[in-house]
Amino acid sequence: MKFTCLSKGGGFHFPPCHMLSVSGFRILLDCPLDLSSLAIFSPVPIALEAHESLDTDSVVRKKQKIEKTLDANDLVFAEPWYKTVKSLHLWDASFIDVILISSPMGMLGLPFLTRTKDFSAKIYVTEAAARIGQLMMEDLVSMHMELRQFYGPEDSAFLQWMRWEGLEVLPSELKKIILGTDCEELGAWMPLYSAVDVKDCMRKVQTLKYAEEACYNGTLVIKAFSSGLEIGTCNWTINGPKRNIAYISSSIFVSTHAMDFNFLGLQGNDLIIFSDFSTLDTTENMENDNTYCDPVTSSNASDDLYNLEEIAASLLKDDESMEEMEKLAFICTCAFDSVRAGGSVLVPIDRLGIVLCLLEQMSLLLESSSLKVPIYIISSVAEELLAFTNIIPEWLCKQRQEKLFSGEPLFAHVKLIKERKIHVFPAVHSVQLLTNWQEPCVVFCPHWSLRLGPVVHLLRYWCSDPNSLLILESGDDANLALLPFKPMAMKVLQCSFLSGISLQKVQPLLKALQPKLLLFPKDLRCKIQISEANTIIHYSENETLCMPSSKESTEIDIATDLASQFHWKTLKQETVTRLDGELFMDQGKHRLLSGFRQADSKQHRPLLHWGSPDLKRLLTELSKMGITGTLKKVMDSAESKNAAGIIDIDDPEKALIDVRETGTVIITADENLASHIFKAMDIVLDGI
Amino acid sequence: MAIDCLVLGAGQEVGKSCMVVSINGKRIMFDCGMHMGYTDSRRYPDFSLISKTGDFDNALTCVIVTHFHLDHIGALPYFTEVCGYKGPIYMTYPTKALAPLMLEDYRKNMDRRGEDEQFTSDHIAECMKKVIPVNLKQTVQVDKDLQIRAYYAGHVIGAAMFYAKVGDAAMVYTGDYNMTPDRHLGAAQIDRLQLDLLITESTYATTIRDSRYGREREFLKAVHNCVAAGGKVLIPTFALGRAQELCILLEDYWERMNLKVPIYFSAGLTIQANMYYKMLINWTSQKIKETYATHNAFDFKNVRNFDRSLINAPGPCVLFATPGMIVGGFSLEVFMQWAPSENNLVTLPGYCVAGTIGHKLMSGKPAKIDLDKDTQINVRCQIHQLSFSPHTDAKGIMDLVKFLSPKHAILVHGEKPKMATLKERIQSELGIQCYCPANNETVTIPSTHYVKADASGTFIRSCLNPNFKFSTCSSTDKSYLDSNKSKAVSRLSVSDDRATEGILVVEKGKKAKVIHQDEFLHRLGEKKHEIQFAYCFPMHMARTEDLSSTSHMLCSFDKCTLISRLSMILSDELSEGNILDLGEELQVESFRVSVCSSDNCPHRLSSSLQNGSESVFFCCHWSVADEKLAWKIISIMKNSTL
Repeated sequence: MKFTCLSKGGGFHFPPCHMLSVSGFRILLDCPLDLSSLAIFSPVPIALEAHESLDTDSVVRKKQKIEKTLDANDLVFAEPWYKTVKSLHLWDASFIDVILISSPMGMLGLPFLTRTKDFSAKIYVTEAAARIGQLMMEDLVSMHMELRQFYGPEDSAFLQWMRWEGLEVLPSELKKIILGTDCEELGAWMPLYSAVDVKDCMRKVQTLKYAEEACYNGTLVIKAFSSGLEIGTCNWTINGPKRNIAYISSSIFVSTHAMDFNFLGLQGNDLIIFSDFSTLDTTENMENDNTYCDPVTSSNASDDLYNLEEIAASLLKDDESMEEMEKLAFICTCAFDSVRAGGSVLVPIDRLGIVLCLLEQMSLLLESSSLKVPIYIISSVAEELLAFTNIIPEWLCKQRQEKLFSGEPLFAHVKLIKERKIHVFPAVHSVQLLTNWQEPCVVFCPHWSLRLGPVVHLLRYWCSDPNSLLILESGDDANLALLPFKPMAMKVLQCSFLSGISLQKVQPLLKALQPKLLLFPKDLRCKIQISEANTIIHYSENETLCMPSSKESTEIDIATDLASQFHWKTLKQETVTRLDGELFMDQGKHRLLSGFRQADSKQHRPLLHWGSPDLKRLLTELSKMGITGTLKKVMDSAESKNAAGIIDIDDPEKALIDVRETGTVIITADENLASHIFKAMDIVLDGI
Repeated sequence: MAIDCLVLGAGQEVGKSCMVVSINGKRIMFDCGMHMGYTDSRRYPDFSLISKTGDFDNALTCVIVTHFHLDHIGALPYFTEVCGYKGPIYMTYPTKALAPLMLEDYRKNMDRRGEDEQFTSDHIAECMKKVIPVNLKQTVQVDKDLQIRAYYAGHVIGAAMFYAKVGDAAMVYTGDYNMTPDRHLGAAQIDRLQLDLLITESTYATTIRDSRYGREREFLKAVHNCVAAGGKVLIPTFALGRAQELCILLEDYWERMNLKVPIYFSAGLTIQANMYYKMLINWTSQKIKETYATHNAFDFKNVRNFDRSLINAPGPCVLFATPGMIVGGFSLEVFMQWAPSENNLVTLPGYCVAGTIGHKLMSGKPAKIDLDKDTQINVRCQIHQLSFSPHTDAKGIMDLVKFLSPKHAILVHGEKPKMATLKERIQSELGIQCYCPANNETVTIPSTHYVKADASGTFIRSCLNPNFKFSTCSSTDKSYLDSNKSKAVSRLSVSDDRATEGILVVEKGKKAKVIHQDEFLHRLGEKKHEIQFAYCFPMHMARTEDLSSTSHMLCSFDKCTLISRLSMILSDELSEGNILDLGEELQVESFRVSVCSSDNCPHRLSSSLQNGSESVFFCCHWSVADEKLAWKIISIMKNSTL
């Protein structure tokens, strides 16, 4: 088995990406897009004020101010390109056999692969993730089209900013995003796929339910288990004839909306690939930062827990989800304060679960006050996405499922839309929006990068209003994201949300799963010490690890009804038999079942002989059958009694038996005689 | 190892489906239904047969319920709350959501009929709390050994067939299913599974149904004619299933025909049921599913709530009223008012139990119905009977059994004589052992078991390479026997003997091992002794001038011509084997033949060359595997001339 981490990703919107090779099959785990790098592009400007092209003058000017602080004019003024996983393009897409997608975010780069010429991989995605992922891609394409209309058709295939002279003049911060720290990521940039590519990609996707068994090529049994991060997100188990693997992506034990992290489903696998990098992004922002400097040792809490139930109970303690709910409540009060002061609230958060919960809480809060503030959702796919969330009880957490059983809608937005408290519009320029528009208001809209979608227009509109509030998910570089909108009078609230397994829970989780072998990110090594696995292998980006297989030989199941028909033969120490029937490969298991052969062809006859025949004995056996002959020629008679020679048969017909050390040739014109001689040979030789 | 099936209900009858299957030490109860035809103890399965002491928690591993119809779930609250079963219960999400509605509706009816109430409203709620919902195809690990999985069954929303596997033994219990899609549900779907046992319903064991569209049209026409003439249409149904299906049908028709006549739902119950259907739209047919974003198909535009005051309001209307079969309640109330007018129409969807008014109407239109001593209803209205059913027909059952090809099949949920006919068909046409046990009988069937062996890499690799052998076997087609023209049909049969290259070695105290035959000799330290057959004989030549007969020194070109000529003869005469012309040699499987130019070939029995130049010697070799083929070729060669 081989494992290569292609990218450790970055945060919720850019999950990690790995390449795995099991039982001769190449498996790609996730295919995301790095949308945070959109920040290098300038959003559509309000007016085409003198934004000169890169003539030599400006190049000189720009070269001089490289070391100055970044301003909005430094951003790339061009139709945006998109950054895929940096080393994925170095692999031949046609050699990939299976693609496993763990989340809607993990499939945004998929159309780039599926449109390549010899692409033939089987793509497995959970049903819910596939639907949401498709809507996200369609939304991305439609937002991009809006920008494209502004820039007009591309005339040159190779863009100015990507030329070396263009890159030279860029400020170092932007250059780093484009080229990466090692200056090798330029090849990862691609122009966006089209709506047709998305459609074509979705046709190649095979959707699964949670815990549904998918059998690839009869060899690998692949199953998805809920990870709790978002609706439809999952972890994978891959069971092959030689190895059982569990892949753990960013997971949340107790979710407020999606089905909880089903870690019990991952039990019984000897190898675990731990791929939750979420703590890497969040720890810096936490207040109690210093506690994480020393590795979390096994001394706390988890040590005195031995049985599985206790561990499970401690993992499922919903202190984290309580914390998340408090966060949401805080956001709502901030928003409420803002609208009370006459300002509007702009929420460009693209985490479906967070948005759904915020919608519920915010409207509850607004309802309880006398304020009549409308909530607008502006997105080309919002209507469909909201309708979709209400027909998927099987993918939601227990509390939401209870709503199904008591006959209530799964999410409150159904009712709120009907009561006209929430308004859904496909675009900022929709006629209905213009006629309904009322300020102050609360607006949910894409895109969190602040470069695409309705958010650009609304942010421009409100950025100078000190009463308005922008609620942002804290990302790598909020400063760069907000750059084109500066100077800003608008208040900005940055918040981070739980997006994976917290460090304290890693240890007990591994204790519950008991892997023999653990693949763990090298970057997290200093943060946590793990003693639960027999062997830990640390991995880092672009390093291929080879692991010897745990089982030496393959196991084969032989049906008892077939085994009872075998013709056994006893040799010195062992009993042996020739196999029969047909070998099937199904569900990763080799099975020998009785075939469909007719009975008459099933005559039992040894096909393989060994030893050397005793010629005298052969003559005796032949004469028992009524065949007489004489030993004509004996070679090497001195050496052994089993010497080679030729036997001449004259009765009942003429025949010759040419016996040598390594083989015998029976020469006769009569079919019957031939088979009799063969039988006699069979008696004097060992055979099977 | 064996699988024991104890039939507690629905054996040779329809009603109170309940089957307890013991499979490799696990005991599963499939369905826990009640019989609508009885009001005494016979209405529930005889649970005492499961455990005499009443300790059901230890006697059963789990209970699985296939769908929310009362004959499949009716006894569940009684079993859990009164009998005290506390173990796990599995059903699909829609079944868990809708079952309480069905049970509650039934419980209320029981009250009205004055029977002793066997379970209460609280019992239903408590019982449903114990239910673990499952999704389709989700593989549920009930415990370490038992795995179950649900497959889509059509029939009603949320209906499922259940697959259960313990160790090497596996089975499927179908519950009720429909192999053809209807207005709102898809057709049953299942994977090709390796099964020891299939337990299938057989409601329509002998019926073959035609297309449902004709009947739907008939129904719509009857309704349309009635409302067009200003009449009122009464459709007595139960709250779930049929009501939604017909409503989709009517809604669609109303849209197309631009009708404005109101459609009413009688009680709040059905409107509430629609709420569930809207959330469960993913469990309906593909066509309906796709409507969720723009307009949910269960958001009925023309449907309104009915009010008692509307019963005698003027103008046409369509009314869905509960309960079905007109057993009492609101549907009876409306029927009494509407029956006397010949303008009105009563449509009876589906089966009606004997004794109900619905049954009386269906079995010939009576002019008067005596409700009780004092009340008599004049029936002048039109009666229309709907005859599409959500059960599969005989062809569907046969298709499913054939598709799954289980080792054994058990028929339940049907009528005894029809089941016997179907059983015969399954045994004779499909060669599958089939049973139809009566209630409280136990059927025992053997189950599959595997022995494990380690296989060597060489063996597995050699098995990866196909080693097909093609042969045409001629057989007489039976279908031609009647016409006295028994026609020989030659079929290409493919065999692949890869597995026979393996040798199973069992050494005392060690795990059995499978190795390739080449490895086997190496292991023994012995050398292979190959036994071959050979024969060198003359073949007649047609013309002499072609060949230089003077010195039997045939040049290689002549040899090639001879071999290719021989190849042509063989390919004409030989029906099997793959003939390879290798220039100076011809090869058919292991049989090789070449022109023999040596006078003292050791493979010649008689060295004298009769008729001198008119024949040429061919030397043949073959191994024992192709013995028959070799002799066939030799006889062809001897009987023909080159």
